[in-house]
Amino acid sequence: MNERIRHDVDVAVIGGGPAGLAAAVALRQAGVERVEVLERELVAGGIPRHSAHTGYGLRDLRRIMTGPAYARRYAALAAVAGVTVRTTTMVTGWSGDGGLEVTAPDGLSVVHASAVLMATGARERPRPARWVPGDRGQGVYTTGQLQQTVYLHGRPVGRRAIVVGAEHVGFSAMMTLRHAGVEVAALTTELPRHQSYLPFHLGARWMLRVPVLTGTRVVAVRGKPRLAEVELERVADGHRWTEACDTVVFTGDWVPDHELARTAGVGMDARTLGPVIDATGATSTPGLFAAGNLCHPVETADVAALSGRHAGRSIARWLAGRAASAAGAGVPIEVDGPLAWTSPQRISSSADLPARGRVILRPSVFARLPRVRVSQGDRVLWQGRLPQFVPSRPALLPASWLARVDPSGAAVRIEALV
Amino acid sequence: MPVPEYDLVVIGAGVVGSALAREFTLRGRSVALVDARSDVGDATSKANTAILHTGFDATPGTTESRLVARGYRLLSDYAAKAGIPVEPLGALLVAWDDEQLAALPGLAEKAAANGYHETRLLDPAELARREPHLGPGALGALEVPGESIICPWTTTLAFATEAVRHGAELLLGHTVTGAEPGAGHTVLHTDRGPVRARSVVNAAGLGSDHVHAMFGHESFTITPRRGQLIVFDKLARSLVNHILLPVPTKMGKGVLVSPTVYGNVMLGPTAEDLTDRSATESTEDGLAMLREKGNRIVPALLREEVTTIYAGLRAATEFGDYQISFHPDQRYVCVGGIRSTGLTSSLAIAEYVGAELAGWPGEAMPGPRADVVPPQMPYLGQVDVRPAEDAELIAKDRAYGEIVCFCERVSRGEIRDALHSEIAPSTVEGLRRRTRAGMGRCQGFYCGAVVSRMVDEGADAPVKAEAVK
Ligand SMILES: Cc1cc2nc3c(=O)[nH]c(=O)nc-3n(C[C@H](O)[C@H](O)[C@H](O)COP(=O)(O)OP(=O)(O)OC[C@H]3O[C@@H](n4cnc5c(N)ncnc54)[C@H](O)[C@@H]3O)c2cc1C
Ligand SMILES: Cc1cc2nc3c(=O)[nH]c(=O)nc-3n(C[C@H](O)[C@H](O)[C@H](O)COP(=O)(O)OP(=O)(O)OC[C@H]3O[C@@H](n4cnc5c(N)ncnc54)[C@H](O)[C@@H]3O)c2cc1C
Repeated sequence: MNERIRHDVDVAVIGGGPAGLAAAVALRQAGVERVEVLERELVAGGIPRHSAHTGYGLRDLRRIMTGPAYARRYAALAAVAGVTVRTTTMVTGWSGDGGLEVTAPDGLSVVHASAVLMATGARERPRPARWVPGDRGQGVYTTGQLQQTVYLHGRPVGRRAIVVGAEHVGFSAMMTLRHAGVEVAALTTELPRHQSYLPFHLGARWMLRVPVLTGTRVVAVRGKPRLAEVELERVADGHRWTEACDTVVFTGDWVPDHELARTAGVGMDARTLGPVIDATGATSTPGLFAAGNLCHPVETADVAALSGRHAGRSIARWLAGRAASAAGAGVPIEVDGPLAWTSPQRISSSADLPARGRVILRPSVFARLPRVRVSQGDRVLWQGRLPQFVPSRPALLPASWLARVDPSGAAVRIEALV
Repeated sequence: MPVPEYDLVVIGAGVVGSALAREFTLRGRSVALVDARSDVGDATSKANTAILHTGFDATPGTTESRLVARGYRLLSDYAAKAGIPVEPLGALLVAWDDEQLAALPGLAEKAAANGYHETRLLDPAELARREPHLGPGALGALEVPGESIICPWTTTLAFATEAVRHGAELLLGHTVTGAEPGAGHTVLHTDRGPVRARSVVNAAGLGSDHVHAMFGHESFTITPRRGQLIVFDKLARSLVNHILLPVPTKMGKGVLVSPTVYGNVMLGPTAEDLTDRSATESTEDGLAMLREKGNRIVPALLREEVTTIYAGLRAATEFGDYQISFHPDQRYVCVGGIRSTGLTSSLAIAEYVGAELAGWPGEAMPGPRADVVPPQMPYLGQVDVRPAEDAELIAKDRAYGEIVCFCERVSRGEIRDALHSEIAPSTVEGLRRRTRAGMGRCQGFYCGAVVSRMVDEGADAPVKAEAVK
């Protein structure tokens, strides 16, 4: 009853978002023959497909376009490069011998590959996952669901909304609501300031005149069958009030789509909740790589794509026998001070640089010119100041110090002093 | 328009009312199953801890203890035939202090008094072997091997579907507002017009005392007892092997940790006596309490993601037993106060009420037909093969290979089948209970938009393609 058709490729890429498609293109360009992208959605392109505003492609494609245009561009690049992209094709698990179990309308199969790249992306934590109590009425969204509802299906939303979260995606949700004719009552964030890029934030606020309630926490959502109000709390003094609305969008607060990574049994990072990778994107299992928002939730699409491109090149080098095999051994990177996480988290060879030559740090506080120190044992490898820290936005650390890491030494520590 | 007259009207299409309607249709009666809601099983029956109880801890000698034990056997059998997922995991009553440890032998005796003899005491070493992720400090446990987990949604749906298949009229969206018991028949008033029947069975759950009062009886009052529950991600499933029950002490029944047949892990419920019969919201205090308890029972669980949070209301009364009473003079039966075990006992309640009613003058019913095959329910469990894992099925129909809800791996074929079924869902919520679409870890981030479109426009609604303008 469960006969699966066996299918062999050189590299299988799980996930046809920016990271997966960019990796596949790089693999073909490096001469790898059979590169196959497995994408569970009807069309490839990942999250940008339903993020119908501009702001995509600056760092990788050197121009700025809308999400859907960007997604189409990557699908076209993959086609030109000779990548096989199989859509409506979901990887559901691992077969006993390391193959990928795949479900598609044309049947069940198991894909065997010399190397596998996981590029399954990240999603926003929905309301229950944030432990926000209340009723289970309609009108509660994540940005992902909201944007698909509005942009892919053209369906109505509500009338008056509260947006929870003020990182970049919160402003994106605000623009989507506005596009759908929904009044946005406020954006809220528990942090003392919003975390979006200034021009975007200013533009959005100026155009839409929406207050950002900082230092504010959502205590509960109420109303059924449809949401009627949200209870808010000023974190500083515990003052509580309710705001009438029939729509609430929980934005940001990302969690990697890590089911396949976890069930693959690779080492996982308790902080990012993604797999532990080295500078090449290798996980602790030889031949199994990871890239994009699965590893660093969440970056802009171009950064995800560049990390995919980098992983694609690394995989090609590994297939040719010219790169380290896995992030199992080597030196771990630890973070200290107000840093939530780092990516990559391991150094298997001091010869490999990470994507864009940068280690990504995720600060948990706001700071101007924060001092950062990288050390191994009592040896300081690098020390200096970064331009700024904004929570939920990447701080990029030049990785020149990697060459000085002692591969048989202790863990590398990255400390922030603010 | 003439008011239709039925042999029997059952008020309430929860698991109990649906089981009753099924029983009467199998006995050849014409039946109307009336509910205020827009779907069957939409009240307490959808929001419980989904345990198929052996009845080991019931108060011996009560109606409840008898019906739970009998219901356990009837429903185990029925579920196997109807494709309702059941996993006989067994329960462990874990003792965390000396008082609880000392209570275990008494619980074993009580189980024996209920006719359940398979309990066994486990020492801390064996307990740790069986549940390696248990928090520190467990002193021992009583094993109840028969306790099982079940799918509550397809249970109610199966009973209701079988009733409808055998001719029952399902009158959803009909709130019963009054009753006029007469000599030969009773007229029930609903907000959508009157319904006439020779006999009436009140299975109105939280409203059972109100309906009882419509017949002039005031023998009990319902106090809604809220239970809040947290459902953890499927990736937590390997942390828990059994239903981990608290040891009941004078402080009440307490909080359990249990796998679900869908492969999640559940933590709860709270027990809060309220007055508002619609207060199904979760609360800060409730969640904080559950977090604290869960942290003690299986600490690693609290590091996993929460998939969903919900609450149900038990129809508790001032009495320690079900409030089942027969009023042949009014041709009226009250099946009220079916509080915290009604899912398990549902078929036994129906069997008992059916047999009793058959003895009434003028009601002599044949026994239930034995030649019928229960309807096949969509399989929502984790243990057997779901459609998207079934190569043969996909070869016959590609729609089962087209996964729409990624987290729960629900195919377009299953959503189509549910939308075309005898008791079709009219809301996203209803579809969820028939397929699990949208019930997974992303809670609609990926599939919410397309699924709600399919409910409104039909299963062939175009799936997302390129962005609309
Ligand atoms: C609302 C919103 C607004 C945004 N705005 C911007 C912006 O203005 N500019 C910008 O640069 N970035 C923006 N981003 C971020 C950007 O969309 C992401 O960084 C980018 O999509 C990440 O790429 P990825 O390939 O890692 O993951 P994704 O785009 O999430 O792609 C992952 C893909 O993997 C597939 N997949 C997952 N699991 C499986 C499986 N088991 N089998 C098969 N396929 C699978 C998924 O279906 C998906 O297509 C925004 C994101 C959101 C949500
Ligand atoms: C937190 C919790 C945990 C539980 N755990 C378990 C468990 O593990 N195992 C177990 O066996 N049981 C358990 N139960 C108990 C079980 O869920 C209930 O006993 C069972 O669902 C009751 O079914 P019912 O049909 O009597 O009530 P309901 O499902 O509430 O159905 C009653 C129906 O009557 C309708 N109604 C009411 N008034 C009117 C009116 N005036 N007109 C028309 N319709 C009306 C309502 O709309 C409703 O649909 C639990 C309950 C809770 C709350």
